[in-house]
Order: sequence, then structure tokens, then C-alpha cells
Amino acid sequence: MIEVKDVRKSFDGKTILNSVNIELTPGQCNLIIGSSGSGKTVLMKCLVGLFQPDSGQILYGGEDFTAMNIDARKEVRKQIGMLFQGSALFSSMTVEQNVVFPLDMFTKDTTKQKLDRVNQVLERVNLVGANKKFPAELSGGMMKRVGIARAIVLNPKYLFVDEPNSGLDPQTSGLIDQLIREITVEYDITTVVNTHDMNSVMEIGDHIIYMYKGEKEWEGNNKEIIFSKSKLLNEFIFASEFLRDAKDMRMLEETGKISNERNMTELTHDDAPMLVPPPDEENGQP
Amino acid sequence: MKYLGDFGKFLMMLKGMFSRPENLRMYWREFMHQCSEIGIGSFSIVSIISIFMGAVSTAQTAYQLTSPLVPKYTIAQVVRDTVILEFAPTLVCIVLAGVVGSKIAGELGNMRVSEQIDALEIMGINTKAYLIAPKVLAALVVIPMLVVVAAFLGIWGGRLAGTATGILSAEEFDKGLLTNFDPYNVFFCLAKAYTFAFIISSIPSYFGYYVKGGALEIGRASTRSVVVSCIAILFADYFLAAILL
Repeated sequence: MIEVKDVRKSFDGKTILNSVNIELTPGQCNLIIGSSGSGKTVLMKCLVGLFQPDSGQILYGGEDFTAMNIDARKEVRKQIGMLFQGSALFSSMTVEQNVVFPLDMFTKDTTKQKLDRVNQVLERVNLVGANKKFPAELSGGMMKRVGIARAIVLNPKYLFVDEPNSGLDPQTSGLIDQLIREITVEYDITTVVNTHDMNSVMEIGDHIIYMYKGEKEWEGNNKEIIFSKSKLLNEFIFASEFLRDAKDMRMLEETGKISNERNMTELTHDDAPMLVPPPDEENGQP
Repeated sequence: MKYLGDFGKFLMMLKGMFSRPENLRMYWREFMHQCSEIGIGSFSIVSIISIFMGAVSTAQTAYQLTSPLVPKYTIAQVVRDTVILEFAPTLVCIVLAGVVGSKIAGELGNMRVSEQIDALEIMGINTKAYLIAPKVLAALVVIPMLVVVAAFLGIWGGRLAGTATGILSAEEFDKGLLTNFDPYNVFFCLAKAYTFAFIISSIPSYFGYYVKGGALEIGRASTRSVVVSCIAILFADYFLAAILL
């Protein structure tokens, strides 16, 4: 488990994280969501040790990561895999060399053992046969998958994923989300995903933390988020008319009521998206 | 104040390079790769510059030594000492500051901007030790070798130009090379080469490693690293001449 206790971070006098307290659950996809500038990227960088918090504690299995010396930190970091927003693949290396790099650095395995492991993880991310390609020859989705393969090659206990869907089409985004979910369950790792993609939130949000202006505004899961009473969260998630309608239809299905001050006439208006068949078609009446 | 802060950060970067390697074999591989990049990658430009600087040196010395009382082999003496004392270490290293320095700053800057350095950090690798130390060590090994090659090629270029244009015969040139040769000059040349090698590799590493922003900032960091390296080389050149000669 990763525990964040009263973490604060500021840059040039501007507070970015203000007393953040969260627990990141093992074996689940923990999503940190929030609008741009809400502090989610800084929080993630504090979690992996790229930024040192001004105060507070980050505990990995009960050990304070922020107070560790360099050697102890290195040991924790060997249990961490991370997929970056831009994949951060080594551009001068092939896919195989990228994925084998952590094995070369930290294991004493034979070349055959390492190649077997590389092929195993590449197969897991559906990249069989891409071993000799360079990052410049890959599509955005393939680069993300190579990044995931590199992140999991050492069997990490923690997987951090920064904006996995940025720059990807919805279909590929869905595949990446699915892959992250499957790997989390299969490897039983604590996955922390930093995103503002609502599809991801609904698909893989086992545990969701909503950040607003450097503070944790809401916490829950992808079922609870629909019925959240937090005005700020609702404004963030249901920013579009389409999603507001989707929410109302879901609430209507589950509770028989719709949210806010809206009414059925507005919801089933001709301009609204066709989320359910119009009443006249359903009933067969004009 | 900013420059003082930068200098402190530079010293901290150097301190950060000294740590136990995570895997000695990987560090050795990176060191050899850098030796190849810096040494073989710069060999052709260093050779061309050296031959021409020796040739020009011969032609210009001959132009200035017009007195019939000064023997012609003096030209070779002047070319030899000028090449060993100044041209081979300083001129070649200023060129290398441009060739190698911009490459180091650009490479590290690009790695920083594309989060490759962050990726290495998260893997548990000391990036200063893995990325910067092999570059500095490789430069300290390879650049003095390039300077020695430059000195030989410079003198050979001077001999070639002198004999080809009829300024002096090959025998006269060889006699001049052996007359009043002081081995201390070679020591001075190598002292300069090691100092400049450190400057050429560490300053661009600093500018590249700490770059912030995007492509434009990488370009700026690269240019700035070359300018600062060249100025540092000139300062060090004077300083070494003042204390060692």
C-alpha cells in the first residue's frame, strides 16, 4: 500500500499541493483525476520521488520514502514501473533494447533468459514481432504498449501511469485502459493512473481521487462518481451536455429520479443525444 | 548571484556523479560508447583542422622570417612549438567544444525534455553517474589522444606544405624539429588537453542535464554550452600558461 500523509509542495511560493492525504489501494487501479493545474502531475512526481515534498510523508509498505537515503530509495524504485505521458522510450534503442534495459541493469540473468522475458512481456502487450523496430517507427499506441512492457518487465509492485490516453484515438485509448486493468489484476500490483479522460475513469476507476487546486476534493469509485454530490467534481466530470444527459439517464435508470433541476422533457428533447430509444418508438405511440 | 547559483549546482552535479554503479558492465558499455562517439566521431574534423593549421603555420612563419641570417630550419622549430604549445590543444579543443559540446548538451537536453532521464531515475539509476560520468571520463581519455594526433598531424601538415611549396627541404624541416626540443612542452600540451577535455564534457553536460522546456530551449542550451565552454577554455589556457610556463 502507498500512503500519502499531509503532503505539501509549492514552487516559487505558489502552493501546488496543500495537505494531501490519500491511501492507494493494492491490486486496484487508483485514478488521480483533476483539471489542468490541479496538482495531479506534481502529486505523481512526488509519489515516485522525482519531486521532494516540502513536508509530509509518502509511505511505501509503511516505510517513509521521503526520508530514505539514496540507496534505500533505489531499492524502492526497483519495485516501481512507470509509463510516461510521452512513453519516454530511449530513441536510439530498438523496442527489444528498451525493454531489456532494466533487466540488463538490475539482473544477472543470461542473455537467453532476458530475451525470453522480453518476448513474454511483449506478447503480453500484443507487440509480438516488433522487437527490432525503433520508437520512431511505432504508432502512439504501440509506444505506450512498449512503455508498459518496459515498466512491467521487472515484475514491479507499483505501476504509475501518467496520462495513458493522451494523443490516442478513443479505440486505442480503450485498449490501453483494458491492458492496464488486466496487468493490474494479473500481476496484483498497485496501479496509480493520472488522467482526465472520462472513459478511463468509468472503465478502470476502482479507486478515484479527484484533485482540485492542490487538495483532495473527492474520493470514491467509478460507481459512486455518478452520484457524487460534489459540485466541483460534477462540474469537472459532466462538463459536456452529452455526459450530463448520460448521467441523468443513468440516475433515472437506477433511482427513478434525475439530477439537478432538469426534467424529463428537457432530457428527451429532440436535440438530446439518443441514449435510449425515444418514448414514441418504444411505446409504439405517436 | 545567478552565476554563483549555477556554479554551485554545477559542483553538485559533479558530486552526484560519484556513486557506486548499479551494474559495472552497463557503465563500461556506456563509457566505451562515449569513447567511440567523442573519439571516432571527431577524428576526421580534428585531422583536417590539424593538417591545415600546420600548413598555414609554416607558410606564415616563412613569410615573417625574411632575414637571411635566420636559418630556414627555424621555421620548423616555430611550427613545432606553436603546434604543441597552442594550436593542437587549444584550437582543436575549441573546435571540439563546438562538435562534442553541442552534441552532449543536445543529447542530454533531449533526454530531459522527453522524460527519458526521469524514466531512468524511476528505474533506480543514478542518472548523473550513468549519463554524465561516462561522458566526462571518455572525454578525459579520448580528447588528449586526439590532441596528440593533432600535434603529429599539424607538424606533418607543416612539413608537407613547406616541402611542397619549396619553402624549405624535408631535411631542413626534420633538423628544425629536433633542434632545442623541450619535452616539457609535451607535458604542458597534455596538461591543457586534460583540463580542456574536462571543460568540454562537463559544462555541456550541465546545460543539457538541467534544460527546461522544449526544442527551442534545447537549442539555446546547446549554443550556451558551446559559448561558455569556449570562454572557459580561453580562461584556462591563460591560467595554465601563467602557472606552468
